[in-house]
Amino acid sequence: MSIQSPAAGWLKAPTGNERLWIGLALVWCLVMSAMMPYWHFRGKQNSTGESYSVRPADFLQRVERFVQTNKVGEEKGVPIVEGTPGGDIYLLAQMWRFYPIIKMKKGQTYRLHLSSPDLEHGFSLQPINMNFQVLPGYDHVLTITPTMSGDFPVICNEFCGIGHHQMTGKLIVVD
Amino acid sequence: MGNHRPSEVRICDTTGLPVCLTAQLFIRLNAVAAVLALLHGAIAAILIALTRWPAVHLLDAVYYYRFVTVHGINMLIFWILFMEIAILYFACTVLLNSRLASRAWAWVAFLLMAAGAILNNVIIYSGKGDVMMTSYVPLRADPLFYLGLILFAVGALIGCIIFFATLYIAKRDQTYTGSVPLVTFGAIAAAIIAVSTILHGAMALIPTMLWSMGWIANIDPGWYRITWWGLGHPSQQVNVAAMVAVWYLLATLTTGAKPLNEGVCRTAFVLYILFINLAAAHHLLVDPGVSAGWKIWNTSYAMYLAVLASMLHGFTVPASVEVAMREKGYRSGLFSWLTNAPWQNPGFSAMFLSLVIFGFVGGITGVTLGTQQINIIAHNTLRIPGHFHATVVGGTTLAFMGLAFYVVPLIFQREYAFRGLVRRIPYLFAAGILLVSFGMTFAGSYGVPRRHWDIDFSGANLSAGFAAGAHLSLGVLGIGALLAFAGLLLFILVTVHAVFLGESNMGRAMQSWGEVVPNVAVGGREPIPALAHAHHTPGTMALVMVLLVTFMVYYFANWKALSDVWQVR
Repeated sequence: MSIQSPAAGWLKAPTGNERLWIGLALVWCLVMSAMMPYWHFRGKQNSTGESYSVRPADFLQRVERFVQTNKVGEEKGVPIVEGTPGGDIYLLAQMWRFYPIIKMKKGQTYRLHLSSPDLEHGFSLQPINMNFQVLPGYDHVLTITPTMSGDFPVICNEFCGIGHHQMTGKLIVVD
Repeated sequence: MGNHRPSEVRICDTTGLPVCLTAQLFIRLNAVAAVLALLHGAIAAILIALTRWPAVHLLDAVYYYRFVTVHGINMLIFWILFMEIAILYFACTVLLNSRLASRAWAWVAFLLMAAGAILNNVIIYSGKGDVMMTSYVPLRADPLFYLGLILFAVGALIGCIIFFATLYIAKRDQTYTGSVPLVTFGAIAAAIIAVSTILHGAMALIPTMLWSMGWIANIDPGWYRITWWGLGHPSQQVNVAAMVAVWYLLATLTTGAKPLNEGVCRTAFVLYILFINLAAAHHLLVDPGVSAGWKIWNTSYAMYLAVLASMLHGFTVPASVEVAMREKGYRSGLFSWLTNAPWQNPGFSAMFLSLVIFGFVGGITGVTLGTQQINIIAHNTLRIPGHFHATVVGGTTLAFMGLAFYVVPLIFQREYAFRGLVRRIPYLFAAGILLVSFGMTFAGSYGVPRRHWDIDFSGANLSAGFAAGAHLSLGVLGIGALLAFAGLLLFILVTVHAVFLGESNMGRAMQSWGEVVPNVAVGGREPIPALAHAHHTPGTMALVMVLLVTFMVYYFANWKALSDVWQVR
């Protein structure tokens, strides 16, 4: 009975089906443990957490310089900015918008810098469904390669106040 | 020999166990507070579920976010911890034949917890705490919001200390011989994790309260997240340890099951204590500031030993039931022990449904979502609440519900009425919560975020939205929420009725929910022959193999889904 003290000498090696199950479960746990380092070296999708400390004012300045230098158009008052393949691109997550709209080329690699001057936000790329955390004070760098072309909405998925559900942005990927 | 004063103990008329009357008082008080928090959280639940159902979209945005905060805190903190303090007091007194260490401190603990819970709720309703349960800085709530949580945590910590003090005096007074019972051992695991959890909570929330008061200039958001999750995730492991202890308890009460191997069960509890704290890392898998090495190490090395522990309990609980049923003569085929189990006993059905939902839905999704890279396609989507509604609600809440069907007759000494209805409640609640979990999980697979008022983004400058399938999934969530809410409301109504108006059973055994009748067909009129091999459990082995295969398919399907998204490092 699980509600009474066990008889003395209760510490015994498991036998039978129980022993078999412990072995199978342990092997499965080891397989799962091995999958992550394997994917880190061989897989193409990883979250390495590359990041740098940044003051909000400095990040805002970098975003503005990126916009000024590379602006190619405008949609609904939001500048469309084309990144240089292999170069740095900047996306500001701010109550309650992602700024600016970034244009990229399919198959090219970019260093995408994410940060916030106010609260925590969530970078959620749709409809692909890729999600990364954005923290104020942290310049979170994703080395990212779009593998499909089209317009991709960015939405916020970390609660950031009453305008949270209107916080959107966009990435444009061309062939 | 017990250590009770003669006027402060009664002998249970059903089990013959000695019940410390002080412990009984505080088990009752904490259980009542728990059910009040549950009712409160459930009302918030139905309001927010009907808001997320796009066709209904009940609340406006302000009240939606407010009730998400109310729901999270009342359900994940207040309901669960009040109930766990009740379980701790039970496990250290009744099962060890001991008195509770201190009546005065038990009052202090209870009053602090009650005051903290009320204060925190008042601040949320006054609109000064719309920060969600996680209260991520620099989102700022009123200092009293944090103070409420801190008072509650201090009360819970005192409750844990009373539990440990009672263990000490029981040992000192030799009220039991040998090792503590398994259920008490599980409660000890839960209490140790609870202490670690509460200390992390203090580390995160006390500076945050001072920051909210303006005494500290800045709290690093990355530091807050790692520290707060030292509270946030292991506190759910307190639930798991308590839930597993309740599984063992209910398996014993409803079928007479005995653990196959006490050493295995206890080792599994020790694995929880040693390895669960680092599960806090699951919440930081796509964060800046922590490296890939940190994420992988803290996910796999530590977490999978805690997963192993759950896989062991997931075997030993049904296996113990299988052996108990086979001993009673239900031996033909793989599953006659299961089909003849006391399904009409709500304690058994709640326990077994909790086990299945926790293992097949909550466990498999949790391990998969908590895989470092797979988290990229899951973080902060509805897949996350889809996971934990299967663990905390379908698992813990359902198990605690099953426990109530014994706590009320045995501790409140009152009988449930409407017994036909009561027998159906676990099924209704389980069906509802499964739909909730599936609806959330599928919507989350489309990318639908959690804690989000409007997935059509009306009024947003740049348009966004989701496919029709996401809306359909949210409809499934809404329908499931209605069923689960109906089940929960019925549970609370019949329980409140039993506690206040139920027939007293003082002086006699509780009315049985239905015993397992020995299968005389096996032995004819002769006694049922003993089992040839007490550890032969082919039915359970078949069930866990189905679990393992399901687990593998789901796990690798998620790697495949991950490999289809953009490349990122």
